Amino acid sequence: METVKVTAETKATVVPATRKKRKLTADHWFAFSFLLPSIVLIFIFVYGFIGWTGYVSLSSWNSLVPDFSFAGLKNYAYLFSDFRFQADLRNTLVFTILFISVVIILGQFLAILLDQKLRGESIFRNIFFFPMALSFVVTGVVWQWLLNPSTGINLFLKKIGFESKWYTDTNILASLHWGKIEFGVPVAMIAVVIAAVWQMTGFAVAMYLAGLRAIPDEVREAARMDGATEFQIYRKIIIPLLRPITVSVIIIMAHISLKIFDLIYAMTGPGANFVTDVPGVYMFETTFRGNYYANGAAIAIIMLLSVALFIVPYLISSRKGES
Amino acid sequence: MKKRTMSQAVLYVICIIASLFFLMPVYVMLVTSVKPLDEVTLADMWKLPTTFDFSSYTTAFAKLAPNFLNSLYLVVPATLLSALLGSLNGYVLSKWRFKGADTIFTLILFGMFIPYQSILIPLIQFLREIGLYNTISGLVFVHVVYGIPITTLMFRNFYAAIPDEMIESAKIDGAGFLRIFRYIMIPLSLTGFVVVAIWQFTNIWNEFLFAVTITTSAQQPIMVALQNLSGSQIVQWNVQMAGALLAALPTLLVYIFLGKYFVRGLLAGSVKG
Repeated sequence: METVKVTAETKATVVPATRKKRKLTADHWFAFSFLLPSIVLIFIFVYGFIGWTGYVSLSSWNSLVPDFSFAGLKNYAYLFSDFRFQADLRNTLVFTILFISVVIILGQFLAILLDQKLRGESIFRNIFFFPMALSFVVTGVVWQWLLNPSTGINLFLKKIGFESKWYTDTNILASLHWGKIEFGVPVAMIAVVIAAVWQMTGFAVAMYLAGLRAIPDEVREAARMDGATEFQIYRKIIIPLLRPITVSVIIIMAHISLKIFDLIYAMTGPGANFVTDVPGVYMFETTFRGNYYANGAAIAIIMLLSVALFIVPYLISSRKGES
Repeated sequence: MKKRTMSQAVLYVICIIASLFFLMPVYVMLVTSVKPLDEVTLADMWKLPTTFDFSSYTTAFAKLAPNFLNSLYLVVPATLLSALLGSLNGYVLSKWRFKGADTIFTLILFGMFIPYQSILIPLIQFLREIGLYNTISGLVFVHVVYGIPITTLMFRNFYAAIPDEMIESAKIDGAGFLRIFRYIMIPLSLTGFVVVAIWQFTNIWNEFLFAVTITTSAQQPIMVALQNLSGSQIVQWNVQMAGALLAALPTLLVYIFLGKYFVRGLLAGSVKG
């Protein structure tokens, strides 16, 4: 790509030098002027507004009336000592880890399954993918009904000796005391993970399938020639080759799960003892229902930082990979 | 050969079990939505209805129709505008590159990953200032602005596949920025427009956070109205399921008929440019 550009520029200097060159730069400025509005919009509405939110998070604006007097890190200090926010941190961590692991394992498994040249593969593919076209709100509403305690699923599970209160369960598994909360895996969160997995696994399947299709058949052929079994081919060759895709899937799923709001808001809400609460829900309720703007802004900034932790290195490395 | 058919059968069984998991909510949704209210009990959730009763659909439709229209008024202009903006940005960033273009692109891209909570408070203040708070136009504006990163990324990827030589020779023939865009880029990226439009349509239709914070009652898009259905004291689950189905219908139809493009959009937006 670079070489093409160089030859084009040299061409421009060879022929009637000055006129041609000026025309080129004028055109470039003209082109740039079409990008400029977007740059300005992003600069204001992304970076400017993040800065403004950061400013609010350091203010005393915790009522209907804006109050920008400087409060330092008071709002952050409050949050980290707050029972609800501590529960949110635990829930986000548990949700992120469970959700990403299941999506990766299930996504990879189903993609490999679909790659076996089964007849009717496209039907299965469409079935695995379609939840992605739905809104998290729809998913939340439907799964709220499906996993309602004492429903069909539970009637069935009771017969085999397993009973679950799903998202109304307030138990924390493997709990140990930490701050004001019980640290561990809230049982109710598992219900939310199931719904999220149902919705997002198709995404991972699609990405892994694209990755599998990009691996040339010769790779497998060569391994078969060397006497490797199908299982070995996957374990030793194919799955390692899919690792860059796993990285992408982790990044994408992590940023979805760290800012998750609508699924939980529609499905369970904060839950008793905040067993299914997450920062996104807390931020929404405290800011827009409770008028604690500074607290809400502080939550938002913490969410942003947690997402940036994943995204910034990813963006930088993918830029490097490009050039 | 026998071993092969055996393992094939196992694969099919696994595929079918997985399919049941993905289709189970659809079954329950459909079955519940055509039951009369007195049959909608938790214990009978899995049973087929004894009589078909479509009254839940008429109830849901009556409640959701205005919001359904709001969503249409929102999603059509927002999709068209953000696709247009994205295509121009992608064109400049791939074919009229300048010093620092990659840095600017990365800075733009960051905007698609941020939690929107982190811009929501100033955004609402801003919309109040300019009188767009609680309006569909306000939501259109918001979706166009925050759609810039993803649409720019998608178009930049599409345009990268168009050879630079083509642009260079058009330039030598005297074509300028707009002529090249109109006569080369647009005709060659029609699929790109379809992919981006479907992607934006789906995302904006399904979006909830902006919708619930920027609009109130009469202006609310469908997803907020659907969520509000369950906010009442007694949840009529059959109406709720019918409502969920109505709300999901447009994006489901798009997926059923244009699923190929939907999946391409998904890959174009996730695999880095």
